[in-house]
Amino acid sequence: MTSTSSTTGARAHARSQAATAAVAEPDLPDGVESTRITFTQRIPGAGSANVVLGRGTRVRLADPTGAACAHLLLVRAEAPWERLNVADTVKVPWQAYLGDGHPLLSDQGRVLATVLADTSGRHDALCGPTAEARQLLCLAGAKHGLQPRDIGPTVSFFRGVRVESDGALTATGSAAAGASVDLLVHLPVILLVANAAHPLDDRAATDLDVVAWAAPEDLAVAHNTDPEYQRAVVNTERAWSAARTTEASR
Amino acid sequence: MTSRTTVLDEIVPARSPWSAVVAAGDQLEIIDLHGNQAVDCLLYSAADHTDRYSAQATVAAQRNIFLTTGSVLLTDTGTALMTVVADDVGNHDTIAGACSQESNTLRYGHHTRHQHACVENFLAAALHWGLGKRDLVSNINWFMNVPVEADGTLGIVDGLSAPGKKVTLRAEVDTLVLVSNCPQINNPCNGFDPTPIRMVVSR
Repeated sequence: MTSTSSTTGARAHARSQAATAAVAEPDLPDGVESTRITFTQRIPGAGSANVVLGRGTRVRLADPTGAACAHLLLVRAEAPWERLNVADTVKVPWQAYLGDGHPLLSDQGRVLATVLADTSGRHDALCGPTAEARQLLCLAGAKHGLQPRDIGPTVSFFRGVRVESDGALTATGSAAAGASVDLLVHLPVILLVANAAHPLDDRAATDLDVVAWAAPEDLAVAHNTDPEYQRAVVNTERAWSAARTTEASR
Repeated sequence: MTSRTTVLDEIVPARSPWSAVVAAGDQLEIIDLHGNQAVDCLLYSAADHTDRYSAQATVAAQRNIFLTTGSVLLTDTGTALMTVVADDVGNHDTIAGACSQESNTLRYGHHTRHQHACVENFLAAALHWGLGKRDLVSNINWFMNVPVEADGTLGIVDGLSAPGKKVTLRAEVDTLVLVSNCPQINNPCNGFDPTPIRMVVSR
């Protein structure tokens, strides 16, 4: 007779698993009080995460061992028909390559998130997900009631691509282990992220770390002086203020 | 020599939407009648509208951001919707997306909020087929010139087209084609003066 042949034995066996397991967790950011941290997860290759993040959240994506690839989609939590628009994200700032100060724009002329720090410099907004990564994003989105048609174009962090003068694309690989990117969330979003190979760089993905914490003070800082960015912030603040006005706050 | 039969021949006025299903094997010619007119375009499998054009899958598969003769226009799942079989221009955009009332406020200022824009045309065309906002994704801009410089700077610059130049697409499956004959007047994609185009389907 096995130990799991009875309900009590099966229960004891199941409960013993968590007691002996070790859960891999990301390193926490220096200088951030633990009480401010709202989400931490280490995502293995072929894994994904889905989480609603409030306005004023700072989220750090990190590549601890040097071959993560974070395929990212942002969907506005309160209005999921509004989502990351990758074309506007490169066209409006006149810049194809993601980096410090770059806005992740929605299809409604608002900034869903801003890249606040970047120690990698190897990112891509042109190639989108692999079939595997897209399937992971569809499943992650489904857990928030989203359908495959809601999974629009994505950006990828930690695997670089460059455009030659004739339009040809070259993969530029990953930065060294330990690279990270911080995003500041400007409106409540559903963050969907899949950790999987890049279409032009088929190396298997290694761990991806995601840590989020409350950083409302970052909303008060001008992170980019471009007029296009500042108008996006104006649009965003107007939408937030309009939706948040209540009788009690008069 | 095979002769082709015209099954559709329509003029799309300046600033207007247009849509049609192009049957597998048929060819669609998009003719830039007056030159320098951007034609924003989205494609869907007519049999399954969730199987739709993916600019990113297309760019990744051909390892190049420009569309021209030989480019296969793919969906997220790898379905070949259409193939560019002839091209008088040599360089069409698929990374810069469509103008919208909202993105115009970022690019040109809040005074442009109520101008005509492509996303509104796309929505009008999409609603006709039971599609909506969630079905709109990054599109193709026929005749629009968007270079990316070495430092990543990109932008819409003067076009390479001219009066009468055309691009020819062969449908690989029955394909729903949505077009916004771009109304943009604030950048050089239309030479600051939107003009009509001609759509010809032959079999």
